Amino acid sequence: MAVCIAVIAKENYPLYIRNVPTQNELKFHYTVHTSLDVVEEKISAVGKSLADQRELYLGLLYPTEDYKVYGYVTNSKVKFVIVVDSSNTSLRDNEIRSMFRKLHNSFTDVMCNPFHNPGDQIQSKAFDGIVSGMMMQTG
Amino acid sequence: MTDEVLFEFLHMEMVSNVYKEQQSNKMQMDNKDRAACVSVLESMGFRVGQGLIERLTRDSPSFKDELDIMKFICKDFWTKVFRRQIDNLRTNHQGTYVLQDNKFTMLTQLSNGKQYLDHAPKHLAFSCGMVRGALSNLGLDSVVTAEVAVMPSCKFQVVIQKL
Repeated sequence: MAVCIAVIAKENYPLYIRNVPTQNELKFHYTVHTSLDVVEEKISAVGKSLADQRELYLGLLYPTEDYKVYGYVTNSKVKFVIVVDSSNTSLRDNEIRSMFRKLHNSFTDVMCNPFHNPGDQIQSKAFDGIVSGMMMQTG
Repeated sequence: MTDEVLFEFLHMEMVSNVYKEQQSNKMQMDNKDRAACVSVLESMGFRVGQGLIERLTRDSPSFKDELDIMKFICKDFWTKVFRRQIDNLRTNHQGTYVLQDNKFTMLTQLSNGKQYLDHAPKHLAFSCGMVRGALSNLGLDSVVTAEVAVMPSCKFQVVIQKL
C-alpha cells in the first residue's frame, strides 16, 4: 500500500521514517522533507478561512510523477506523512484516512508509554507492526 | 464508583511517598526540601499531562486558538481527570487565565478549616504539572500556579509564555 511512512515532530525533525524499497532511502527523505512546507501552509490556512473544517486529516499534499503524498497533523502538531505509489489507483481517500487513524492511535499508545521520552525517536514494536502492516498490503 | 477513587488514593500515596523519601535523608524539612518535593511532583504531572492530552485530543477537531484550547482543558480535560468541570474561567485576553474549581477533587479529603492550609501545595503540584504538560504538548508554553484561600476551592492561574 504505502511505500513510505514518516512521523515528524512538532519542531519538524523526524521521529520515525520507514520506506519499502530500502535502496532509495534518501529520495524518500527528500520527498517527506519537501512535503513539510505544504503541511505548514495547510495548517496556517485552517485558522484563516471562515468555513474551515478543522480536520486533522490534510488530504493529498502534492502529487509527483511517481508518488502521491498525503498528510495528517495531530492536535499536538505532530505530522504524519504517507507516500503512496501513483500507479496504485485503487486506493481511496477513505482508506488513506483510516490508515492515518490507525497510525494516530498507535502513536498515542507510544506517547502514553511511560518509558518513552516525548521528543525521542519512536522505538516501539507495536508501532513498527502497524507500519509494516500498512506497507505489506502493497502486493 | 469504586474506580473513581483509585486515582485519589494513588495521588495521596504518591505525595506522601515523595515527601517521605525527601525526609528520610534528614531530620527536619526546610523550605528548600519542600520546593524539591513540589518540583518532583510537578514534573511527574507534566509527563502525565503530555501523554493524556495526546489521548484526549485524538478524536477532537483541531483547535482554533488559545481560548479554544483553554476551554478544552476546562471542560473535557477536567472532566476526564477530576470528574467535574471548571466552575469559572476568566481571562484578560493577553495570555493569563484563571481557572476556578469550587470543589477541587484533590482537596475534598482534607479538612475545610484553616488547619491544613499550608499542606495544600503538595496536593496541587501534580495537577499544576498536568495542566502545564497538556498545554505544552498543544504548543503553549506556560507557567501554572495554584492558590487556595478556603479549603476545597482552588484557583489555578495559567500564564502563557509568549515568544
